[in-house]
Amino acid sequence: MSAVLQNLIDQPYQHGFVTDIESETAPKGLSENTIRLISHKKGEPEWLLEFRLKAYRHWLTMTEPKWPNVTYPKIDFQDISYYSAPKAKKKLASMDEVDPELLRTFEKLGVPMHEQKALAGVAVDVIFDSVSVTTTYKKKLADVGVIFCAMSEAVRDHPELVKKYLGTVVPAGDNFYAALNSAVFTDGSFCYIPKGVKCPMELSTYFRINTESSGQFERTLIVAEEGAYVSYLEGCTAPQFDTNPLHAAVVELITLDRAEIKYSTVQNWYAGDENGKGGIYNFVTKSGLCKGVNSKISWTQVETGSAITWKYPSCVLQGDNSTGEFYSVALTNHMQQADTGTKMIHLGKNTRSRIISKGISAGRSNNSYRGLVQIGPRADGARNYSQCDSMLIGDKCGANTFPYIRVQNNTAKVEHEASTSKIGEDQLFYFQSRGVDMEQAVSMIINGFVKDVFTQLPMEFAVEAGRLLGLKLEGSVG
Amino acid sequence: MIRENARTLLEVRNLTAKVAGVEILKGISLTVRAGEVHAIMGPNGSGKSTFAKALAGHPAYEVTGGTASFDGKDLFAMPAEERARAGLFLGFQYPVEVPGVANSQFLRLAYNTVQGARGRDELDPLEFDDFVRERMKLLEMDPAFLDRSVNEGFSGGEKKRNEILQMALLEPRLAFLDETDSGLDIDALRIVAGGVNKLLTADNAVVLVTHYQRLLNYIVPDYVHVMDGGRIVKTGDKALALELESRGYDWLDKQAA
Repeated sequence: MSAVLQNLIDQPYQHGFVTDIESETAPKGLSENTIRLISHKKGEPEWLLEFRLKAYRHWLTMTEPKWPNVTYPKIDFQDISYYSAPKAKKKLASMDEVDPELLRTFEKLGVPMHEQKALAGVAVDVIFDSVSVTTTYKKKLADVGVIFCAMSEAVRDHPELVKKYLGTVVPAGDNFYAALNSAVFTDGSFCYIPKGVKCPMELSTYFRINTESSGQFERTLIVAEEGAYVSYLEGCTAPQFDTNPLHAAVVELITLDRAEIKYSTVQNWYAGDENGKGGIYNFVTKSGLCKGVNSKISWTQVETGSAITWKYPSCVLQGDNSTGEFYSVALTNHMQQADTGTKMIHLGKNTRSRIISKGISAGRSNNSYRGLVQIGPRADGARNYSQCDSMLIGDKCGANTFPYIRVQNNTAKVEHEASTSKIGEDQLFYFQSRGVDMEQAVSMIINGFVKDVFTQLPMEFAVEAGRLLGLKLEGSVG
Repeated sequence: MIRENARTLLEVRNLTAKVAGVEILKGISLTVRAGEVHAIMGPNGSGKSTFAKALAGHPAYEVTGGTASFDGKDLFAMPAEERARAGLFLGFQYPVEVPGVANSQFLRLAYNTVQGARGRDELDPLEFDDFVRERMKLLEMDPAFLDRSVNEGFSGGEKKRNEILQMALLEPRLAFLDETDSGLDIDALRIVAGGVNKLLTADNAVVLVTHYQRLLNYIVPDYVHVMDGGRIVKTGDKALALELESRGYDWLDKQAA
């Protein structure tokens, strides 16, 4: 691999600053007392404390999954602080009251929270070290009956909804990290779209980990009632630390009859340096339940950050004629490792799913697609189409595809296609010999490669994601 | 056409170059002036393609000695893309496939980049579409090729037409066409050669790298050079190509000995 390609990938991480905000951080370590402390700090009702303790006790019986195609030193779960909150006790009524230092952080992150956001029509819920700082546009959403707030607020103001749905898609015992999250989650977003309402704006959450060695365990729950629709965007960044903060989030989506949720993520957690020092360990459980007939859940993810990504946004297609979609671009560079994909569980009749996965590996990174397509015995006429493409940049990286297909109904139709390609010297020289420089060449080749996924992203996000891929790959080619 | 006082486009002196540590070019000198057509012939492995790629700036071809000036500028001081912007064009023997990138998009990026470097106006997608369709007629190409990925699934002949289409769009000062005739059937050869002829003016020049004399029936060279062992061993006019065809390359070796 030539030097120019290398320079292209080696662009320094741009969100690697730490914001100097006084924060309140719990001592390291995990026990029932830690959980009681979190619950108490948040003034939670008894049922939620019970939910946490039950999850914790279950977690104690579980072991970390060993099957992902990633390697990392053993995580010491007692060496993590499970609660960190910016010290700002006063309730904030408007943006003017937000700590200016925090606002500057968001400016650096490119999250415009001020009035210009009104023009963009985006409502933002900001999670800073697991605590929701502010939710904009709550009023406008409330007018149409949409609830969009921090999980802790939802627990306080809408306990009946949270109690009804929390843990119904991702039960506490789903997996090791989901159990951990259920025990210690500190905040997250809650979103409820009532019957027949099409959410008038795209909802957006920005997550950021700011404190070294604090874990982030946010929990998101989105419920779309009959005929409702919402498009939800999630962005993630973290400052640069030599240690490996743990991120173990849970996202649950539920659609009732004819409802649709479109969930888009651009993940740019700090990925560690070129020798693999530092970087976020990202162990995330995301699952959607198409509970009602003719409902639809669509996941789109652009994963560019984290030292380790372990993530399988899934759809359980329970309602007849329901549809699940998964569109993914996962980019790994330097020493990053990603094991990501999806699960499509077909239970209802005539359920459909579509998987488009694009993996890009550069540097010495390792990028695996892992996906399950399961057709249950009652899923007559179910159909799945999967396409998994890998692109290699340079000759020291790896790409793998692990498709699992389980079919228990002989009327089902399942298709799987896979390809591997490589950006080579000859391809780049071809562009150069036509006057096009290497950066533009790589950008055009990569954009061509990820096109089918990017068209699924909301416009604003697609632009950001395109820029991000360019940045992440700067220096990797040549 | 050879003219007195024509502007010198390319001046190569004693060029030596290595590929993967092995010296392939062992001292090549060549002068190309505006308005001229050159043909470079020679047996397999004589260094013809290496010469073309070294001039165009392929990173795997290491220039170890000699000089090359293009339109008065030091060619080897320029990165490959600047050589192209300055008006040097390489028609590839084996054009690479670029899956996922639409041909139209690639052609427009190349066209606008080169136009921009020349201080000319760039074309928006609609204007470019009209322009490229016009140019495709020159090569009797189906406009459907615009929507396909660059060279992906193209036949050998289609790839070569796509190369000459790029030449037609970029309007280079000097085009090196590396075995553009191989893989073409008789009809395609006539069309592609006709396209090249229409692009030739008194201000530009073309160097044809070829194994076969038949291409030279369509594009008539002013000079024919024979390469062997990394050097130009003989230079003549069109008659030399005919002689090579009837006698092979062996008689040159004997002559040299």
